[in-house]
Amino acid sequence: MSAQEPAHQGVPAHTHYRRFDRADRLLHGFLMFSFLSLAFTGLPLLFSHEAWASRLVGVLGGFESAGTIHRVAAVVMIGVFVTHLSRIFRRLFVLKDLSILWGPTSMVPQPRDLFEMIAHVRWFLGLGPQPRFDHFTYWEKFDYWAVFWGMGIIGGSGMILWFPQTVAHVLPGWVFNIATVIHGEEALLAVVFIFTFHFFTGHLRPEKFPMDSVIFTGRVTLKEMEEERADELERLTRSGRIDELASAAAPRWVYRLGRTAGAIAVVLGLLMVALILYAVLT
Amino acid sequence: MMRLLLCSCRVVLAVVATASIAAAAPQKPGAPAPPSNDDCLACHGDAGAVRADGRSVAVAPETFAGSIHGMGGLACVDCHADLAALAEYPHAEKLQPAQCATCHDAAVAAYGTGVHAQARRSGGNLAAAGCADCHGSHDIKPSADPASRTHHARLLDTCGRCHGNEAIVGQGSAGRGNIVDLFRDSIHGKALIKSGLSVAPTCTDCHGSHDIRRKADPASLVFRKTIPATCSRCHEGIGREYWEGVHGSQVAKGSPLAPVCTSCHTAHDIRRSDVEGWKLEVIKECGTCHEQSLGTYRDTFHGQVTALGFARVASCADCHGAHGIFPKADPRSTVSEANLVATCRQCHEGATASFARFDPHADPDNRERNPLLFYTSQFMKMLLLGVFSFFGLHTALWLGRGMQQKAAGRLRRRQDPEATEDGE
Repeated sequence: MSAQEPAHQGVPAHTHYRRFDRADRLLHGFLMFSFLSLAFTGLPLLFSHEAWASRLVGVLGGFESAGTIHRVAAVVMIGVFVTHLSRIFRRLFVLKDLSILWGPTSMVPQPRDLFEMIAHVRWFLGLGPQPRFDHFTYWEKFDYWAVFWGMGIIGGSGMILWFPQTVAHVLPGWVFNIATVIHGEEALLAVVFIFTFHFFTGHLRPEKFPMDSVIFTGRVTLKEMEEERADELERLTRSGRIDELASAAAPRWVYRLGRTAGAIAVVLGLLMVALILYAVLT
Repeated sequence: MMRLLLCSCRVVLAVVATASIAAAAPQKPGAPAPPSNDDCLACHGDAGAVRADGRSVAVAPETFAGSIHGMGGLACVDCHADLAALAEYPHAEKLQPAQCATCHDAAVAAYGTGVHAQARRSGGNLAAAGCADCHGSHDIKPSADPASRTHHARLLDTCGRCHGNEAIVGQGSAGRGNIVDLFRDSIHGKALIKSGLSVAPTCTDCHGSHDIRRKADPASLVFRKTIPATCSRCHEGIGREYWEGVHGSQVAKGSPLAPVCTSCHTAHDIRRSDVEGWKLEVIKECGTCHEQSLGTYRDTFHGQVTALGFARVASCADCHGAHGIFPKADPRSTVSEANLVATCRQCHEGATASFARFDPHADPDNRERNPLLFYTSQFMKMLLLGVFSFFGLHTALWLGRGMQQKAAGRLRRRQDPEATEDGE
C-alpha cells in the first residue's frame, strides 16, 4: 500500500488523501462533545412540560448541575470557536493565505455553489447528471455557516442570560426576554438541523450509510475523491498538488475511536430528535 | 349463670343511644320507687349478659362509675327514663332511647340543626352519628379528659371511625375519600398528632361540634365565604392581609370566583408552604384562574425550571406575595413601580431598575405588549420554518434518489477504506 507508485495516465495512484488536519479533527471532536452536552442540558428547559425533560434533568443531577454542565460545555464550545477564528486570522493575516476568501478551497459562498445546488436538485429529480463537486459542497458550506452564525447568536444570547446583572448595566432588562427566545429557538434550529440534515448528508444518506469517518481520520480514499469530489481531484491532479496530500490510511485505533464516537453521537442525536418530535406531535 | 341467661333473654337495654328528644315519663304519685343502679346492675353488671339475639347488654360497673355521669351520681333511670316507672322485671326488650336532652338540651338542640341529625331525619340514615357515636354511652368522660373520645387529641380518631371509612361515608352524602388520612398528613394533622400541639386544629375547630353543617349551608363554618373567617380564628394576621388583598376584597364583594383559603391550601391536605412539592403545586392553582399569566410564566426560565420540578426559582407568590396580593398599580403591590426592584433583589442581589425591566410574563405573540419580542419571535419562526422546509425537501429528494440508485445497483458497495493497518 505504498503511496509512492508513479501516477499513470494523469491519475494519481495513492490510497488516501488528506482532507482535514489534526487541529480541525480535534476541534470537531470538541465541538461534538460540547454540542451534545449543551443540547442534552438545554433542551429540557425548552420542553420543560414534558415528562422526559424532568427525568432527563433528574438523571443529570437536578437543574443546578445540568446548568453547570451547560456552562462548562459552553466554555468548551466558545474555546473551539475562538481557536477556529484565530486559525482563520493566522492564515489570513500571518500566512497571507487569501485562498480562504475565494476559490475552490474557500468556505465563502460563490456562484458555482448556486449552480451546483440547482444541478443537484435536477439530479434528485432525474432531470440531469449528478454534478461534480470541488473541495466544499454547497451543503457543507451551509453547515459551516449555520454553525458559525449559531455560535455567535446562541453564544451571545447565552452570555446575556449567564450574566444578567452585568448586562443590565448596559442594556435594559427586556433584552433577557429577547435573548431567551433567540437562545431557545436558535438552539432548537441548531439541534434539529445537526441531528437530522447534517447527520443525513454526513453519514446516513445511502451513499455513505452508515457512517463517513473522514472527520475523525481526516482522510478520504481515491475512490471517494473520484465519486464525490471529481472536480477537486482533477484540479489537484492537474496542478500536481495531489501528491502533497497523499497519505496512508489512518491508524486502526483512530478509525475505531472515530467510528465509536460517531456512532454514539448519531444515536444520542437521533434520540434527542425523537424526544423533540414526541413533544411536538403529542 | 343459668338464671342470668334466662333473665337476659328478655332484657333490653338501649345501648345505642340516639338523640331524638322525648320527655322523660313523669313519675306518678303512688308508683313504685324507681330501680336503683344496684338493681339494674344485678343483671347488667354481669359481663356475660346478652339479649335474645345474643348482643351484649352488659354494663361494667367500674366503667360507669368512672364516667362523668357515674361520678356525678346519676341514676340509670335518669337517662333510661321509661324504666323509672317500671314495676316488673325483667323489663321489655324495646325501650325508649336514652334521653340526653333531659340535661343537655342546648347541645341536643344544636345537634338537631346539624348535618348528622338531618341525615338521620331525612334519609333515615342511622349510620350518621348520634350522641353516643361520638361521646360513648356508659363511659362518657368530659372533653377535657385525655381519655375522652371527644378530647382534642382523640377527636380525629372518633370522627375517623366513620369519615375514615369509605364503607360508612358511602352510605350517606358525606365527603368521599379518606379525609382523615389526608388530614393526618397535613400540617394541621402533624402538629396535632406528631407534635401534640394543643393549639393545632382538629375536626371540630373548623366544622363545629354539635351543629356541623354542610359547606353549601350559609350558616356553616366552612361555607365558602365564611372560610377566611374560620381560618382567621387562628391565622389572625394572615386573615387581615387576605381581606386587604385583591382576593379577599373580591370575596368580600361577593365574587364567587375569587379564591378563599382552601382554594389554594385545600381543606384537609394543607401542607407547609415552604416545601418544594407545595410550591410547585400551587402554581397550577394560580393558573386555574390566571391562565394566560401561567402560560407566559412557563416561557421564562423561572417557569421552565419549576415545570421541571425544582422550586428554587421564583414562582407566583415569590413576586406577587401570597395573602396580601395587590394589583400592580397599587403602591402596596410587591410588583408596583416602587417595590419591583426590591422584589427582584430577594433573589437577584444586584438587580437594578434596568434589570427589573425584564418582563416575567412577556408574550411573544402580543405585539402591543412586547413589540420587539413579537418581531424577534416571528423572525425566528420564519427562520426555522424556512430552514426545515428547504432541507426537509432537499433531504427527502436526495434520499429518494439515493435509494433509487442503490436499488439500481449503481451505487458501489461502500468499502471499509480505513480497514488497513498502515500507520500514520
